[in-house]
Amino acid sequence: MSGRGALAGRLGTLTSTGIVLAVLAGAVVLGTVLTAVEGRNFFSTGNLRDILTATSVLGFIAIGQTLVILGGSLDLSVPFVASLTGVVAGGVMAGETGRVVPGVLAGIALAAAIGLVNGLVVSLLRVHGFIATLGMGLVISGYIASNYQGNHGSAPRSFRMIGISFIGPVPVSTLLLLGCAVLAIVLLRRTRLGHHLYAVGGNPEVARLSGVRTAVPIVAAHVLCSVLAGMAGLLLLARLSVGNPTIGSQGQYDLMSIAAVVLGGTVLAGGKGNITGTLAGVAIFAVMDNVMAVMETDPFLRNVVRGVVIVAAVAVYSRRSIGRRPARFERPGVLDSALQEAK
Amino acid sequence: MSTSATARDTTRDTARGTALPRHTHGVAGRMAASVSTPGGAVFVLVLALLVATIVANPTFGDPGVLIRFLGRTAPIAIAAIGQYYVIVSGEFDLSMAAVIAAQVVVAGNYIGDDTGRNVVGLVLMLGLGALVGLLNGLATTLLQVPSFIVTLAMMLALTGLVRYLSGGAADAPPNDAFREIGRGAIEGVPVVDVIPYPLLILAALSALAVWLMRRPFGRTLLAVGDNPAAAHLSGARVWWVKTRAFVLSSLAATVAGILLVGYAGVHPTVGQGYEFSAITAVVLGGVVLGGGRGWVLSAVAGAFAIELLFTLLTVLDVDATWRDTVRGLIIIAAVAFAARAWTVGRRTSGRARRTTLSDPSAPPTEPTSGTNTGGN
Amino acid sequence: MPPAAPADAPVLLRARGVTKSFVGHTVLADVDLDLRAGQVHGLVGENGAGKSTLMKVLAGVHAADAGTVELDGRPVSFHHPLQAQQAGISTVFQEFNLLPERTVAENVWLGREPRRRGLVDVDRMNRDTAALLEDLGVTGLRPQQRVRSLSVAEQQIVEIAKAVSFDARIISMDEPTAALADHEVSLLYAIIRGLTARGVAILYVSHRLKEIFDLCDTITVLKDGRQVATRAARELDDAELVRLMVGREMSAFFPDPVPGTAPGEVLLELRGAGNGYVDGVDLALRAGEIVGIGGLQGSGRTELLEAVFGVEPFTRGEMRVAGRAVRVRSPRAAVRAGLAMVTEDRKATGLALDLSILDNALGAVRAAFPGRTRAARREVPGLLSNLEVAARALDQEVQFLSGGNQQKVVLARWLATRPRIVLMDEPTRGIDVGAKHAIYELMRVLAAEGVAVLMVSSELPEVIGMSDRILVMRDGVVAGELPAGPSEEEVLAVATGASRAGAGR
Repeated sequence: MSGRGALAGRLGTLTSTGIVLAVLAGAVVLGTVLTAVEGRNFFSTGNLRDILTATSVLGFIAIGQTLVILGGSLDLSVPFVASLTGVVAGGVMAGETGRVVPGVLAGIALAAAIGLVNGLVVSLLRVHGFIATLGMGLVISGYIASNYQGNHGSAPRSFRMIGISFIGPVPVSTLLLLGCAVLAIVLLRRTRLGHHLYAVGGNPEVARLSGVRTAVPIVAAHVLCSVLAGMAGLLLLARLSVGNPTIGSQGQYDLMSIAAVVLGGTVLAGGKGNITGTLAGVAIFAVMDNVMAVMETDPFLRNVVRGVVIVAAVAVYSRRSIGRRPARFERPGVLDSALQEAK
Repeated sequence: MSTSATARDTTRDTARGTALPRHTHGVAGRMAASVSTPGGAVFVLVLALLVATIVANPTFGDPGVLIRFLGRTAPIAIAAIGQYYVIVSGEFDLSMAAVIAAQVVVAGNYIGDDTGRNVVGLVLMLGLGALVGLLNGLATTLLQVPSFIVTLAMMLALTGLVRYLSGGAADAPPNDAFREIGRGAIEGVPVVDVIPYPLLILAALSALAVWLMRRPFGRTLLAVGDNPAAAHLSGARVWWVKTRAFVLSSLAATVAGILLVGYAGVHPTVGQGYEFSAITAVVLGGVVLGGGRGWVLSAVAGAFAIELLFTLLTVLDVDATWRDTVRGLIIIAAVAFAARAWTVGRRTSGRARRTTLSDPSAPPTEPTSGTNTGGN
Repeated sequence: MPPAAPADAPVLLRARGVTKSFVGHTVLADVDLDLRAGQVHGLVGENGAGKSTLMKVLAGVHAADAGTVELDGRPVSFHHPLQAQQAGISTVFQEFNLLPERTVAENVWLGREPRRRGLVDVDRMNRDTAALLEDLGVTGLRPQQRVRSLSVAEQQIVEIAKAVSFDARIISMDEPTAALADHEVSLLYAIIRGLTARGVAILYVSHRLKEIFDLCDTITVLKDGRQVATRAARELDDAELVRLMVGREMSAFFPDPVPGTAPGEVLLELRGAGNGYVDGVDLALRAGEIVGIGGLQGSGRTELLEAVFGVEPFTRGEMRVAGRAVRVRSPRAAVRAGLAMVTEDRKATGLALDLSILDNALGAVRAAFPGRTRAARREVPGLLSNLEVAARALDQEVQFLSGGNQQKVVLARWLATRPRIVLMDEPTRGIDVGAKHAIYELMRVLAAEGVAVLMVSSELPEVIGMSDRILVMRDGVVAGELPAGPSEEEVLAVATGASRAGAGR
């Protein structure tokens, strides 16, 4: 590929993951400046802890959402799965250390079952993930509203430690998150399931022609996504010490997770993307929230900022026109070509 | 042997060929055919549910009770009309509840007790609704962000903005004159006793909606939903067509909000979940997600069907908290079966339909040119 | 011409009486085929002759309605392409079955990823792929490259590597050189010769007679689904082959211009027009003219029409419509300026398949001239009946019409806007003979009424039979202009750059 300007050339060799990491770096720089204006230190242990803590819940959900989106689907039921897992696990634990394990297992099993239903509806009934999980989210929402009128259950102290322990500046929850991320990365890169997931998301027809049973990766992705949402719910349970039936919807985790995934370079149509980018996207939002908290922005206004940033981020990434014929006589603009060539 | 076309065989002469009849079946045939489609079946469903509800609760059959029920359902039906326009163009509007909440605050805080502000307030509310729709539409079409993300983000931002400006909730309900729009009715009507204003407004808006769908705008909207590329190449301004659909949707939510303020007041939960009710109604009315198919009156009927179903469930002692679950199940079931049901009884076409966001149709029976198994 | 291969090389595949119909339209009728080890068997015929369908039947994409296929003497019948692949028949289609975002190795081994201790062995995958490529004699292609970053030729190599990885003994190729440059074609030749040396049988489908004679040992000619001839390549030459393919007097099929049709004012003028895909186009299209645009696939013909119509607007040069300089920045602007475009793929970009005939026919008027809707609604039934659209009624959904009728609806839609310039991209592709004829007559009538027609077509007889003059494109520029009635060879010569004819560069 000849004839490109130097800047475009260098930008063009950047991967899309590289771009989001660059944006993260920019956000950190901006955050440091704005925090300093308020007389605080962005890199203080306390501030870093706050940021890392904030990334954990969204991080689990965003990893799961990445898997589902890679397969060409979507999961809008995650907030409700998180809430439900929290109240169910909290109820089973009922404050007793001995019942932590049954509580966790019950919550995760329930989440997995929901994911299984999602996956089957998407692949067998051939309903797009957006609708299937929108519907499932409503189903769960109704169930929660009917059976849980307020906080329910409680987490024993031993369980709550997960939510508040640190190893140095790093919260235990962050380590758990990174552990899940590593497993997800191994899944995507080194298992047939992961390879097939990319294939089905990229072009289901090509996958089918090569003998891939397209339902399997989709169902697996949905199960894993719901399980991860369940883990987020358990984390919330640990932090709140009680199960809150509306904690999921309060956090806007559906929209935020999708935004983090897109920001991280994963394509909504499926077939392209990775976990690292998603985590960077999560971190960007965490930094943004942290800075707004430090600047004591009104909590309601923060939502306005979030909304605008989400739309802007997705808009920038949508400029990538995938599958465009290469031009013979002209070169597209620097930004466009950089986005287009980003691997 | 060569053929030649004579100068008299111009393209516009009806000298050749027989003119195609306007319709495949006569009126009765068309009615029968349409009932077998999801869009027509919903009307049958409404009747069935009506009968079931009256059987379960005979007082429901009283004309006065029935008409008041219709009046209470009007806001949802109006929201369904708005959502219909967006869905038939191939998009989604998940910001309706936020629009309603915003309008409620405007009604409470701006208009408040001052009846002199009623008219200005109404204009302001409609303007605000149009603005939100405009933003939704432009972000979806010009920024090319998927509509569900745009409208979810709008919901987030709008709710935040409204709460910021109002400090959390509306102070107090607006004056009674304003609330009359939602609460009032024509009194002393024989048989039904009253005709609620919301019902009249619904009737008017339904007629308007049907008329609009027969206009070039409406037909182009359908074409855009069915095949945006073809519509673009036919000279349609796809971005403007879709944006107007979003404007109509937000305006519909605004009207619903105005009516709701009437009889529900300014409680923060007014209008909550309205977009899901509207989507459920539209989907139950057989409108295909992904666009291009469906009738607006079926969406209205879908709203009534759902409200009848909820009434029936209430009579059967099912908690109102289960409504979301019912909505979710209806959405999944309706989408899973609706698109297939539109082609029941007709031969499978085998055409390759371009995959849209929700494409529940079965794969084509034969690969067509342009798919990955080779060209012609 | 390849060296005379032994005529008694073992028959790997024997097909007899293969017949296939789609929706009542017979596409293949009673075709026989023998594929011998180490030989290249050419399959030629015009568009619609059935070549692709025959390939797809062998590939397991379609099941034949009648006839038998034997592999090594044993009857086989495939219901899924994977079965054919596993039996040793691989196919390289014109549109590749590749995942652009995945690497070469990942594409080749999709569904069969090698594993070690439960995890995918990426290193082995890459090594095996490298070995495959080396075997084919290909250098410079790394298994870790993403397919999206490869050229078309390289992507084709990936497809071939994939085929070879299945231990294919029979490889079918559909128009493999359609998008290749000259040096890439030589590489393909080398690969094919390497494969045949190993005993692989190749089924080679192409329009390019030169390649057919360069590579093939045997040639089968199909016409309208029937097998016209199967002969050793030695026994045929260009002229004979064309005669077998076309086999009819061309002038009989295309209507003459309406008496009195004469070129009028210049309706469309381009001077030095160009964008990212075409360059330096000079064109003067007159009322009453039908100008054909010829050229090979990828030469920029569709891109030229799309530029005129505002889909991918010109960024350089001038464009005038009826004498007035215009900037057509969108299809809407084009339509409002009096242009119309019949697109290449009516199902994808021409019709709203779920909508009725009437809605489709009124589509352009409603979109661009809404005020004229009422008048158009009165006219459209007449337009449709004039075109002899066969359907039950105006409210029938167009998805249920045949290809020919669908195309007529598209034409009616444009006629309703009363265009002055009509652009057509493959107007009769995938259409039965009767409908083709009706469309040709329509074009003559339009010209008689003073409309200017610019037509792109891959069917040489069509371009030659209908055009008052022909512009031939090559690599994004107008390579030459030919007057009415050239021979196919002349057109192909300019299209491939073998000679420079007419007022070209």
